[in-house]
Amino acid sequence: MDGGEELTEQETALYDRQIRVWGVDAQRRLSKSHILVSGLKGTVVEFCKNIVLAGVGSLTLNDDREVTEEALAANFLIPADENVFDGRSIAELCCDSLKDFNPMVRVSVQKGDLSSFDADFFDKFNVVVISCCSLATKRLVNESCRKLLKRVAFYTVDCRDSCGEIFVDLQNYTYSKKKLDETVECQLKYPSFEEAIAIPWRSLPKRVSKLYFAMRVVERFEEVEKRKPGETSISDLSNVLKLRKELCLAHSLNESQIPDALLERLIAVTREFPPVCAVVGGILGQEVIKALSGKGDPLKNFFFYDAVDGKGVVEDISNS
Amino acid sequence: MASQQQAPPIKGAKVLMVGAGGIGCELLKTLALSGFQDIHIIDMDTIEVSNLNRQFLFRQSHVGQSKAKVARDAVLRFRPDISITPYHANVKDPDFNVDFFKQFNVVLNGLDNLDARRHVNRLCLAADVPLVESGTTGFLGQVTVHVKGKTECYECQPKPAPKTYPVCTITSTPSKFVHCIVWAKDLLFAKLFGDKNQGNDLNVRSSDAASSSEHANDVFEPNKDEDIEQYGRRIYDHVFGYNIEIALSNEETWRNRNRPRPIYIRDVLPGESVQQNGNAERMPLPDDPLSVSAMASLCLKNPQDIWSLTENSRIFLEALKLFFSRRKKLAVEFVTAAANIRAASFVIPLHSLFEAKGIAGNIVHAVATTNAIISGLIVIEAIKVLQNDANSYRMTYCLEHPSRKMLLMPVEPFEPNKSCYVCSETPLSLEINTHRSKLRDIVEKIVKAKLGMCLPLVMHGSALLYEVGDDLDDDMVANYAANLDKVLSELPSPVTGGTILTVEDLQQELSCNINIKHREEFDEEKEPEGMLLSGWTQAPAVENKSTNVANGASTSSSCQAVPLETEEDDELVILPAGSSPAGMKRKISDVSTTAISDLSTAADEKRSKKRVDELDDDDEAVVMLEDVNADIGKGLQ
Repeated sequence: MDGGEELTEQETALYDRQIRVWGVDAQRRLSKSHILVSGLKGTVVEFCKNIVLAGVGSLTLNDDREVTEEALAANFLIPADENVFDGRSIAELCCDSLKDFNPMVRVSVQKGDLSSFDADFFDKFNVVVISCCSLATKRLVNESCRKLLKRVAFYTVDCRDSCGEIFVDLQNYTYSKKKLDETVECQLKYPSFEEAIAIPWRSLPKRVSKLYFAMRVVERFEEVEKRKPGETSISDLSNVLKLRKELCLAHSLNESQIPDALLERLIAVTREFPPVCAVVGGILGQEVIKALSGKGDPLKNFFFYDAVDGKGVVEDISNS
Repeated sequence: MASQQQAPPIKGAKVLMVGAGGIGCELLKTLALSGFQDIHIIDMDTIEVSNLNRQFLFRQSHVGQSKAKVARDAVLRFRPDISITPYHANVKDPDFNVDFFKQFNVVLNGLDNLDARRHVNRLCLAADVPLVESGTTGFLGQVTVHVKGKTECYECQPKPAPKTYPVCTITSTPSKFVHCIVWAKDLLFAKLFGDKNQGNDLNVRSSDAASSSEHANDVFEPNKDEDIEQYGRRIYDHVFGYNIEIALSNEETWRNRNRPRPIYIRDVLPGESVQQNGNAERMPLPDDPLSVSAMASLCLKNPQDIWSLTENSRIFLEALKLFFSRRKKLAVEFVTAAANIRAASFVIPLHSLFEAKGIAGNIVHAVATTNAIISGLIVIEAIKVLQNDANSYRMTYCLEHPSRKMLLMPVEPFEPNKSCYVCSETPLSLEINTHRSKLRDIVEKIVKAKLGMCLPLVMHGSALLYEVGDDLDDDMVANYAANLDKVLSELPSPVTGGTILTVEDLQQELSCNINIKHREEFDEEKEPEGMLLSGWTQAPAVENKSTNVANGASTSSSCQAVPLETEEDDELVILPAGSSPAGMKRKISDVSTTAISDLSTAADEKRSKKRVDELDDDDEAVVMLEDVNADIGKGLQ
């Protein structure tokens, strides 16, 4: 039991139903956790709602973009009243609503570009969740988190069309698990994002989700073309297919593993699909709660959801 | 699914949501974001503090207000241009009839109890409107699609019955804490604060049943010359002392059991006179009547602590004293204390208030994340339904542990069950003693309790035996009332072996036939109701954490089953698969028992494992999600 501080009467009343799911100790650990999110699109907004309701200690929001119609599409935190926008960033607007959800959680805004923060900055957090950022930024932030003495759990999440992907890096993670009557210690060793995506495709298990490969192709495409995340359209298809060919050749993977139709969906429809945001943001919330509370098997290390086949799949993309 | 997003069916669709609770809040938000423009939402509940950890459209300041209305206002803030029509009402109200349902393109359920789910299922079948059904508990959840003629209806699969306990276990030989809770809540509490005229098995049976029941009749009436403290102490001694002594006198009972110990107040609180009990360490009562608490007034703070016998006894007296002003917290405190004192008597481990509340019911294991996931899945299915894309319909299970790598597992819906009495026309059959049972037994125990009808009508051929309704004249009402108390074979149109009864619910537009078979004897233990309904498959009872004895369940017979009805806020429970009818193809790629067992007791776990072994398809197992519910509130508030 860490700290051993008791929950207040107010906390016990508010969190009663979830304490029955994960216990008092887990609730106590949650209330001492600090979380950073960057890139407030629909899925991350869902995640923020979930984690604020769960009762974490603090949540820091990073997204300096101004409100656009696109930003509003899957964001229920921003009221439809232009008067309140007043030149304020998306993070600032979301902050107001989130504070309202649970007065016991400290919600604040961190301005600045994610890629400009040094490792010390991330030391303040237990969990870092980033979304809609470049491959380079993903690598950079992941490495910053890994440099620190304490473990900072790192997540990326991205949704395209009706598909979603979550990546998890808990570094070396130990947790206890009840098996029948005894409690066993479990240990998991996570690769970094860089390490995971460097694993040769042919050495991956046969039935890895096609979405894994498709997301890598699109991610790479955006990098080489210097596009902002999500800045693709159907007119890019021929170039994306060319890139697929190169990558498949390099990895000795049959191109049929990455169907044209799937790539087409991922690049053509950049508008968010709110039901998928709810699903993926919910899974992400659950995973962060598991990692913070030390309760339950955390997923290792990718999660994919596609509303077309309805499957929500966990893939272990690591050398271990 | 690019086509899904901009699909015109969304904009033009008229959607009915039933429930604005945990799933409902998430669902209303997701529907609004997804572009739905005409949403109607029914919920009879008002907002409570314990909702706020997940029902994110509500704030502290909304406590006490209508869920449906507050949810509407909250969503209009970010989507002001859509139409949301709230109804602060019970979906079972006659206003919500088949015609009402017919105006919608799809109905989405985010309900909290089996009764309402069955009712909506029937209305959707009658109105021929597709239904998307859902439920969650903890990290588990499910979404299913029910389209008349294409997929199974909600009632095609048997629903697990609430757990029942034999009355004698509750009254005389408790062996688990849950037995003590049931005793404290449904017998003792009901006796002290409920309907005094209701039959009640509170008193331990002795060989000398007559004299003990006579004694019992007046003991709960306060004497003229005693104050409430003295009354509390007398009740204490009677139920924890005297009744245990009586029970002990029946040696036969204790041959193979631990003998309980009678507990008297003078032994537990020896030094405390009535007055002393009144002033030791006491906090002033708060102004807000809802927050009056015996715990607080005795300076006990942590609901996770297990009170000692002394503390339980103090709480018992204090709560009893304070309760006469009828306050909610006190009910839970009283039940906890009484159950603990009884547990002490029977050498059963004591439990904390937090745990006791969970056992007694009204408790949902609920987190926001699962409800959010489920809301997304509901909308995805709703869109398929609106596109009439029947081949893509899926039942989706949300699991806690990956199974075949999946956390979200889609399964093709099953075809309608041809022998389902709700969506097919298969008759039921009822074995009953037609010379002894009354029409009332059929109406109450079968038509209402088992078939879930609200406004039933019973016919024998063209003869109406019973009906309810506003438009009946006095003669008819009197006639039906008289019929209720007649033995079946003595009705104006006698019901005997071979009779076919037709029962109908006019609101649900459900009608079914029951073939009556006369049977002389029934096993009191196994068939406590004295009748046996078949063609209506009820899943085996599952002992869940939420329980309570239905009021008035008890009669004079010696060892009767006590039905335990449970009710949840907004969610349901994955149950082990034992309940699937043999041969029913209901396989879901290896849902491991671990996914299920979190919610199951040890016995259930065994059952589910066994089930997995029985299946011949290598690693396929079965999952059934069902709602389990218990509402101590209904009994206690």
